Amino acid sequence: MQRNKFLIGGALILAAVVYLIASSTSASAEYFMTVDELNQEGASAVNKSVRLSGAVIGDTIQYDSANLMLTFEVAHVPGDNNEIEAEGGLAAVLHAAVIDPSRSRIKVAYEGVMPDLLRNEAQAIMTGKLGDDGVFHAEELLLKCPTKYEEAVPDQVTSN
Amino acid sequence: MLAEFGYGILLVSFIVTLYSGFAAVIGVRNKSASLVESARRAQLLTFPLISIAAGTLIYLLVNNHFEVSFVYEVTSRSMPTYLKVTAWWGGQAGSMVFWAWLLAVFTSAVTIRKWERDIEFLPWVIVVSSVTLAFFLGMVVVFENPFTRYWSMNGSVVTSMFAPSSAATVFTPQDGQGLNPLLRHPGMVIHPPMLYLGFVSFVIPYAFAMAALITGRNDDRWIRITRRWALWAWLFLSLGLVLGGRWAYDVLGWGGYWGWDPVEIAAFMPWLTGTAFLHSVMIQEKRGMLKQWNMILIILTYALVIFGTFLTRSGVLSSVHAFANSPIGPWFMTFVFLTLIASIALVIKRWPDLRGETEMKSLLSREALFLLNNLLFLGVLVICFWGVIYPLISELFTGQKVTVGPPYYERATGPLFAGLLFLMAVAPLSAWGHSTLQTLGRAIWKSAAIAVAATVAIFFTYTQNVYALIGFFLVALVLSATTHEILRGAMARQKAQSENFFIALGRLMGRNRRRYGGYIIHISMALMAIGILGIEIFQVQTQGQLSAGESLDIGGYRVEYREVAQWDNVPQEVNYTRAVVGVYRGDKYLGELYPRKDMYFSGQPMSIPGQYSTLRDDLYVLLVDWEPISSTSATFKIYVNPLVNWLWIGAVTFLLGLAFAAWPDRDPADEPVRRKVHAGNRQTSAAD
Repeated sequence: MQRNKFLIGGALILAAVVYLIASSTSASAEYFMTVDELNQEGASAVNKSVRLSGAVIGDTIQYDSANLMLTFEVAHVPGDNNEIEAEGGLAAVLHAAVIDPSRSRIKVAYEGVMPDLLRNEAQAIMTGKLGDDGVFHAEELLLKCPTKYEEAVPDQVTSN
Repeated sequence: MLAEFGYGILLVSFIVTLYSGFAAVIGVRNKSASLVESARRAQLLTFPLISIAAGTLIYLLVNNHFEVSFVYEVTSRSMPTYLKVTAWWGGQAGSMVFWAWLLAVFTSAVTIRKWERDIEFLPWVIVVSSVTLAFFLGMVVVFENPFTRYWSMNGSVVTSMFAPSSAATVFTPQDGQGLNPLLRHPGMVIHPPMLYLGFVSFVIPYAFAMAALITGRNDDRWIRITRRWALWAWLFLSLGLVLGGRWAYDVLGWGGYWGWDPVEIAAFMPWLTGTAFLHSVMIQEKRGMLKQWNMILIILTYALVIFGTFLTRSGVLSSVHAFANSPIGPWFMTFVFLTLIASIALVIKRWPDLRGETEMKSLLSREALFLLNNLLFLGVLVICFWGVIYPLISELFTGQKVTVGPPYYERATGPLFAGLLFLMAVAPLSAWGHSTLQTLGRAIWKSAAIAVAATVAIFFTYTQNVYALIGFFLVALVLSATTHEILRGAMARQKAQSENFFIALGRLMGRNRRRYGGYIIHISMALMAIGILGIEIFQVQTQGQLSAGESLDIGGYRVEYREVAQWDNVPQEVNYTRAVVGVYRGDKYLGELYPRKDMYFSGQPMSIPGQYSTLRDDLYVLLVDWEPISSTSATFKIYVNPLVNWLWIGAVTFLLGLAFAAWPDRDPADEPVRRKVHAGNRQTSAAD
């Protein structure tokens, strides 16, 4: 009898936690996609919450500071870490993605302050939705500049 | 030459650590005191050894030895010396050495001080600590060597510890890359070591717990010995988390302090189990219950500490904390897995011996509420863990990587945090053994009435938002119930001892420091909750381009653009752009703010907000863009973060309360062990 009421109490808490996890997961799930995958899905991906990763192409960055409208293009990079490693690390993959014109690309629009780390060959991790216009509307924009940590060999050396 | 020396010392440390572990096991097994003593000496030797290796690394960092790749990656000539020293933990390899060094320091502190007294545990403590230390040193020696150098060979440059061929010569770059300017903030200089101090300190209670399991000593001895370690570990971990938040708020320029980033969560998870542990050990000390549970909590904490170190140091999860992918990932996972299996096997073996001495009877008793608190903390942990690994799981089962963002965490943990606040108010008022709704109600009704009155006042003057009102009600309840409890105790003492009220209060708190330190921490949590509610629910923002003299209105403030200036600071290798804005509240002129954009010559920019900070809210102004030549107009992004200062006030109060509770007084284990009242428990003070 004593035991039972504790077991019931514990079960209730467990159920509550499971419910919270399940409902919150489905309410805020974001699909992790690469540029290739998003382009392939096309119209069926419209309005789905997506987390997109790509290599920023420096030349395409446009910023309207009066209206805080930022647009740029990102090129496809593989989503899988092993694949990235196999191709020589993140910095190399980003570089290859940017200089290769045949890679699939997508245009990104973001309303807000231009982040400090946004520059050529940065990895952009964006959350948002693909619009009917084929532009990815990012609500959140995170940037990773791997060069700081990943450059195995100094710049000034490789050019020699 | 120095690089080889440093690497050699690391190698020797690794071997000595392995020896220490093996000698301790064999010594205890064969009851050989001399072998155990030898193990102890080997263990003590790891501290000077790793110190020498670390000293060598620091020497290389300070003296611009860029031929060492680690030095090249984290320092540059222009950095001041103190930053070159702290660059020690600015990269992966160095921070692993730092971790190992801390562990050697802590283990030595344990084995040097009370060797005779704790002799039954210490050989096994050495074993556990040596296994952990050997793992880290092994990683450093094999995969993450901080002494690796550049070699030029056939016109190209390779990294290697030793000359890759006889023709190769050491290559020394002109200058290093330097530490990322974002990380040059003082908060960022001490944030990682604080986290690491917290992480590594938790290894000590874990080692004692394992020693208790192995030796079969099932009372609360290990908890009493390591109580202070656990408190200090918790203090440093908390400090690390708070500093990280403050740094993000001051330097990252996104108006927030916590982004539910996987790396933040990695540091938060051991904090959660550690917090649960600190609460539930009190139940074991006072009532002899929850022994199995405490073992599980400390094992989880240890596993999460290693897992957290791994998460912050690997690329498995996408995160703003950009660190390299490295081969150490699988090794970390294997190590966590193996230690977890071994620890759980030990617990299972001792499971019957770890039964509680009494049974929990009343659902509202203090011990039951403590258990509930533990379950809520673990609930938050499960939510966090699920969120972090969900991308991996979904990929495994559906083939598609799905992630969850901050809304998931906020939604799922919110009710549990509310439950924890409620318990903070109620649990200290409930009685050990047995409580009823009636006794609890009698103890809390006055505080509840005050909280209701405060909530009604907030409803009419500040907000009608339901979530905020629930939150503020709980905050008010914690504050009034805790204050009431402290005052009640002081007044009772005042009466009984006929002392002055303040003397009574001081003595009361001074003699029950853990308890009253705990109350201060509860108050601080309520204060922090005010700040979190404020910024999460009421944050407003605006943005716009202003010409000189124009202004933006937000949250009762008027921000007027005046001018912008730009200049170089060559020694620091940075270009500053500083805007001047005037701030008004209504018609009242409050002063100027100087939001800044620093552009480092390396291309790394940094946005420093201008902040006007009051208890009511923070005005947080970011300079976004400007007209380079005419400087007649500039673009700003402005946040008003209501109540956010309470978060920092709470954080400072928290640290004070924790220091109050953890500050060393008499050595706890020297106190006579409490005489147990339960029949049939004879494991009390014989060994003390």
